[in-house]
Amino acid sequence: MGDILRLVGKRLGYGLITLLVVSILIFFAVELLPGDVAQAVLGQGATAETLAALRDRLGLDQPAIVRYFHWLIGAVQGDFGTSLVSGEKVSTAIAGRFVNTLFLASYAAAIAVPISILLGIVVALLRNTLFDRVANVLTLTSISSPEFFLGYILILYFAVKWQMFPAISSLSSDMSFVDLLHRSFLPALTLVLVVTAHMMRMTRAAIINLLASPYIEMARLKGAPPWKVIVKHALPNAWAPIINVVALNLAYLITGVVLVEVVFVYPGIGQLLVDSVQKRDFPIVQACCLIFAATFILLNLAADVGAILTNPRLRHPK
Amino acid sequence: MSKFKEKDVLLKIRDLKIEGYSDETWVPIIKGVDLTLHRGEVLGLIGESGAGKSTIGAAAMGYARDGTRISDGSIEFDGMELTTASESERRALRGSRIAYVAQSAAASFNPAHKIIDQHTEAPVHYRLRKRMEAQEDAMELYERLRLPNPTEIGFRYPHQVSGGQLQRAMTAMAMSCRPDLIIFDEPTTALDVTTQIEVLAAIRDIVNQFNTAAIYITHDLAVVAQMADTIKVLLRGEEVEEAATAEMLERPKEDYTKSLWAVRSFQRPQKSRPTDGSKPIISVKNVDAAYTGGPKILDDVSFDIHAGMTVAVVGESGSGKSTTARVITGLLPPSKGEVLFKGDPLPKKYTDRNRDQLRQAQMIYQMADTALNPKVRISEIIGRPAQFYSGLSGQALKQRVDELLDLIELDPARFYSRFPPELSGGQKQRIGIARALAAEPSFIICDEVTSALDQLVAEGILKLLDRLQRELGLAYMFITHDLATVRSIADEVVVMQRGKVVEQGPKDEMFTPPHHPYTDLLLSSVPEMDPNWLTTLLEERGVDNIGEAADV
Repeated sequence: MGDILRLVGKRLGYGLITLLVVSILIFFAVELLPGDVAQAVLGQGATAETLAALRDRLGLDQPAIVRYFHWLIGAVQGDFGTSLVSGEKVSTAIAGRFVNTLFLASYAAAIAVPISILLGIVVALLRNTLFDRVANVLTLTSISSPEFFLGYILILYFAVKWQMFPAISSLSSDMSFVDLLHRSFLPALTLVLVVTAHMMRMTRAAIINLLASPYIEMARLKGAPPWKVIVKHALPNAWAPIINVVALNLAYLITGVVLVEVVFVYPGIGQLLVDSVQKRDFPIVQACCLIFAATFILLNLAADVGAILTNPRLRHPK
Repeated sequence: MSKFKEKDVLLKIRDLKIEGYSDETWVPIIKGVDLTLHRGEVLGLIGESGAGKSTIGAAAMGYARDGTRISDGSIEFDGMELTTASESERRALRGSRIAYVAQSAAASFNPAHKIIDQHTEAPVHYRLRKRMEAQEDAMELYERLRLPNPTEIGFRYPHQVSGGQLQRAMTAMAMSCRPDLIIFDEPTTALDVTTQIEVLAAIRDIVNQFNTAAIYITHDLAVVAQMADTIKVLLRGEEVEEAATAEMLERPKEDYTKSLWAVRSFQRPQKSRPTDGSKPIISVKNVDAAYTGGPKILDDVSFDIHAGMTVAVVGESGSGKSTTARVITGLLPPSKGEVLFKGDPLPKKYTDRNRDQLRQAQMIYQMADTALNPKVRISEIIGRPAQFYSGLSGQALKQRVDELLDLIELDPARFYSRFPPELSGGQKQRIGIARALAAEPSFIICDEVTSALDQLVAEGILKLLDRLQRELGLAYMFITHDLATVRSIADEVVVMQRGKVVEQGPKDEMFTPPHHPYTDLLLSSVPEMDPNWLTTLLEERGVDNIGEAADV
């Protein structure tokens, strides 16, 4: 176990360095956005004096490097500054939204991960049969359609025609859990449709990849029935690639939700990001991007640790 | 044959035909083979790779590997016709009444489960034993097979156990349901000679104790001579001949069988060191080496290789043979000591060596399959070193490649623009040799170059290497664990054990007593054609001693 802890520590260290590099990229990329913040905030009618005063207040007259370090030092302490538009603290503006996004991601993941792994196992077992082909075609169709298109199709049927679920996911804090689930079902389903294909196909491929191994033949020659060959002998050795693709898709559920949130007017971090870019609200854009980057890094770290934990060679050293 | 009675027939295969799918058509692999096996009988199936031995072994279980199909004939196991039985009926025999022992136990044990859990899978599945009973039975079998710590070893994962022990654990697993028939598919081919003895003895004992019938598949005649009552020789999917073991060894009828028997006869005269005081081509001096952060692999290794001579480096796996080669080529810089080329020290790292120093030491690898890039044409594989070291290009380069192909006895017109996967194992190994020659070296390291090849093919490679040595004055460092190869081509022998040189000298001295005890162990462990060899050896060593030897 000591080895694993050391490894996790090392990866966390690398993750922090990556995050630092990403923070530089984010900061200066946002700098490159065309337009002037003061102008955007105050509008066309602003006079030269008010613009200069605002720039001075925001510290925009200082060189970018100085502002970067100010921002970084604040960010490390959890202070991402204040929103240029509303004057609200960035952390408060984001917190509630981020929780909503996490809720939607977990909702989608709770459906998509078990379904895709189970489906992956079943199609590996029934490989090259009609079922396998149908499952492949369906999931490929869903992954090939853009999210907003899927979203609108679902709205058309589930919300407009059958009126089973609301088309707009407006949430409020006093709703019951069941209500929350009901309200956000359509965005969650859209996300499920988008990520399932990838995970299912990877599970199938990871298992089939192992079927040529001598130990699989050995299991067959011991008389193990086909389902046991897959579940007991192939699956335990296929976890590493499966965990990796699951982590990748979980990260996508959090960072790739922008379109889905916009379609369903879901009050998540993706919508906030889009709004803030339009309003040139840089502190919020930077904080959102940093959160996305951290999510990616953490989930990949979790995947690495998971892959190690499922590898008996690393779990039980000689 | 008289030993077995007609009514005791267990397996009867008649006119078996098996086809394999390749290039979008079904081509015959087994072309009508008959086989009769009685209860308690051990049948040895021998032949080169591609002869169809393993395919027949699998067919005896009613099993066709992926990409093959049983197209015709009958397989009758204890009165049950397997070719017409349903898949679930056939599956019910596997593991319970017919068991299988694979070539590589390391690859055939599932890395994700403990050994004993894999052992108990079949008896529990067939409801022959409860889980705890099956575990106790496993421990008993481990003890019979003389595995160390029989009560504990099963609770380890496969990677925590050595190869020879795993192979015995796999034999124990095959025994778990007390089957009537076990298929042994080259069970000792991947093992060192010293370990092989232990496994052979264990297999023979247990098969005798339970009166189990067995099909023993191997390409090693001396091994099959120890194990089998009857021997059947196969060639390209057809039977050559079958006879009782003693009969077959003494009086083989067919020419092909005789040629198999004669393979080990190639021998060239031994050369001795030049007496004119010339410096050795390569001289390894007091070398220590270790991989990053690991323990010391080489410990004070020293030996010389003189021009035009062949030095065989022998030892078990893990003894440091290949690591020595890596130190010489500069792939692994030694932590102490140095390598001299004609008396001048070579830079430790290959990146610090100049082109002329690099060209002097070339390598030929064991697995020609993986050592040749499958997507690169032969002309380029051989042409690149010629271009790199000699700066040839255009017509001159093509001419040089043709010359090299001629040298290795492959027709340039036929092979110039082909890809490695289109070639046979022996041809690939020849390309590996040509690639080494393209650099015009004075010294070549041959790392187990014949051990993946069939005996007839291997002999061809050895003859080729010998001819090249005479024509080009090459020096060879011949890494091998096969002492028969050493006998046929070496001038000097270096014996390594656990990173140390335990003995070295001219071949004739090495093969005459007195030996260092380890050399003695190695030499006496090489199977001989005498069917009583194993029995005699076990008596000489005493049963308890070989256990120790095998666990080295």
